[in-house]
Amino acid sequence: MNDDFDFEGYTCPVPIRPTETVILGHGSGGTLSRDLLNRLFLPELGKAAPRALDDSAVVTIDGQRYALTTDSHVVSPLFFPGGDIGRLAICGTVNDLAMVGATPVALTCGFVLEEGLSFDVLQRVVASMKAAAQEAGVFIAAGDTKVVQKGSADQLFINTSGMGKIPDGVAISGANAKEGDVVVISGTIGDHGIAVLSAREGLGFETTLESDVAPLNHLIQAMIGAGEIHVLRDPTRGGLATSLVEISEQSQVIIELNEPSLPFKPAVKAACEMLGFDPLYVANEGKLVAFVKESDAQNVLEVMKQTKYGEEAAIIGKVTGSGKLQVRLKTAIGGTRLVDMLPGEMLPRIC
Amino acid sequence: MKYLDEYRDPAKVKALLKEIESVVTKNWAIMEICGGQTHAFLHHGLDAMLPPQIELVHGPGCPVCVTPLEQIDRALAIASRPDVIFTSYGDMLRVPGSTKDLFTVRAQGGNVRTVYSPLEAVQIAEANPDKQVVFFAIGFETTAPANAMAVLQAKNKNIKNFSVLVSHVRVPPAMEAILGSKTNRVEAFLAAGHVCAVMGFHEYPPIAGKYNVPIVVTGFEPIDLLNGLLAAVKQLEGGQAFAENQYQRAVKFDGNESAQKTIQSVFQSTDRKWRGIGVIPQSGWGLSAEFQEFDAEKRFDVENIFTQESSLCIAGEILQGLKKPPQCSAFGKQCTQQTPLGAPMVSAEGACAAYYRYHREEIKA
Repeated sequence: MNDDFDFEGYTCPVPIRPTETVILGHGSGGTLSRDLLNRLFLPELGKAAPRALDDSAVVTIDGQRYALTTDSHVVSPLFFPGGDIGRLAICGTVNDLAMVGATPVALTCGFVLEEGLSFDVLQRVVASMKAAAQEAGVFIAAGDTKVVQKGSADQLFINTSGMGKIPDGVAISGANAKEGDVVVISGTIGDHGIAVLSAREGLGFETTLESDVAPLNHLIQAMIGAGEIHVLRDPTRGGLATSLVEISEQSQVIIELNEPSLPFKPAVKAACEMLGFDPLYVANEGKLVAFVKESDAQNVLEVMKQTKYGEEAAIIGKVTGSGKLQVRLKTAIGGTRLVDMLPGEMLPRIC
Repeated sequence: MKYLDEYRDPAKVKALLKEIESVVTKNWAIMEICGGQTHAFLHHGLDAMLPPQIELVHGPGCPVCVTPLEQIDRALAIASRPDVIFTSYGDMLRVPGSTKDLFTVRAQGGNVRTVYSPLEAVQIAEANPDKQVVFFAIGFETTAPANAMAVLQAKNKNIKNFSVLVSHVRVPPAMEAILGSKTNRVEAFLAAGHVCAVMGFHEYPPIAGKYNVPIVVTGFEPIDLLNGLLAAVKQLEGGQAFAENQYQRAVKFDGNESAQKTIQSVFQSTDRKWRGIGVIPQSGWGLSAEFQEFDAEKRFDVENIFTQESSLCIAGEILQGLKKPPQCSAFGKQCTQQTPLGAPMVSAEGACAAYYRYHREEIKA
């Protein structure tokens, strides 16, 4: 060993921005997705969309407010424990409408089918869409089908758009969080992401974990009746952490989470520990996070717990200040740390 | 959850912190070698709970961070070939080479796949006999046994279309490089528990003696980390310097001998370049003579790719513990997780990335 080993002069590489091509991380729902929105889509296409960061746009016609949204669904495998692409496509759009307090009314669906897809698969997907639409109480008003050459798509992609009616007096937006608000989650975190990952990668977990994909509009209806709701968001891609950072930014508030209060299924927690994932960044498809007026929080929580998709609802934090964009986590051992958005794709760590 | 919650018990954490406070009288700079430990300190908010006399110096133990730029460039060259399926652990995909990263190669049509085990890469080779399948075999002593096993399996099954791009590094030579440096300020080490689970800690008593530095084999949960710190501080305050094991539930003095045999049957000791540090003699492993046919550098003729690193970031100083990430003028500005200027910002286990995620004053969305 050279005792005079000298570190001087050793440095790091120049920066690179992956700007020449689209990479998968641009669709991950985290900061790369945000970057794409801010640099291209919003300046070019979204000038008239002040609420572009909410789950649905709000359009007012003759004094009546309507929610309008669209979502494309690409998932591999098409069928996974607890759900499939059809149920996902209906629930995703129903939930986006419901997250601004709207009552979902009608959906459209566009299919992109890959040549060679079996009718059996397509039939199962459509049957699942029908069941989910019935459960949510929406009807499918229009549709479109395109078929592309084999290899140009992965079996089946579905776009759903939807509209809903926003009742008078409801004012729910990511920009409405207020100091003192209580943060409530409707159930366990990360179930969908880990269920799909486990099915896709064949990780061989002994327990079968099911996706939580579900329509949340009935739950939200009940919540609105039980108290003053300021913010609703479904923490899908990018997970709970990314949703909270977005809300913190939109409302300019400091959000403090309490780690021991966060509900997880043991299998999700174990899988995350093993893979080096933080469950705060894992996708959910049947969960919502709500910011509720402090004095109404307990009542809203009780009402949530009496619904099918809110049985495991829990208070997980509060808005502790304003004028600043920050999400903090009080850790289980009594420490404090920052919570950030998902930077790109979530990557399993090496060791 | 069992085997985790008991090591994250807030009451035990409090008691251990109190005990450390009662023992410590002077200022000490203690290096946790492993990036996993750096990450754990910050993830649990534990670093900010320590007595002010203890300064954590974050070591170079992140395999993703220290893999040299030219090895990334070699990976990119191989992965861009139309006849290749390039396989890697997930977190190598975002590491920038000199012009792009593996994500970009994939977006441009390269067949780049994440695997959870190198043995999956061997299976992919078996299933795709018309393709060349390459596995990016990086990491410390922890990943070496599985990587060696993949090469052995390919040899035993006579799989000709499988090869590995090797960039294995070892912890003890890096510790000696740090201790031997003129600018060293590390006074004790928390040794990396997982590395020791494989290798044991029989290499550490001579280092502790030669450099008069306490070395404590330490695990990754809050209670483990605090027990490791307590043992190190006790040695420092008592003027002692020896190797001891605070991670007895996973580590034996001689380590996992069958894993070591597997490593020795495939790899041999070699000089390695560390990103942000430079060449450290005999600090890594390469394929031994018997397994040269599996060397992707030779198979794809990328041995002559050499890349000069530019001088924009202070990774060398960060990895030696001379500076903390927020002391870098580029931190959180030009250098973020989306636009890493240097290796420690790339991986979740890099010191800069850990500070970026957990310790910024305000998030820039």
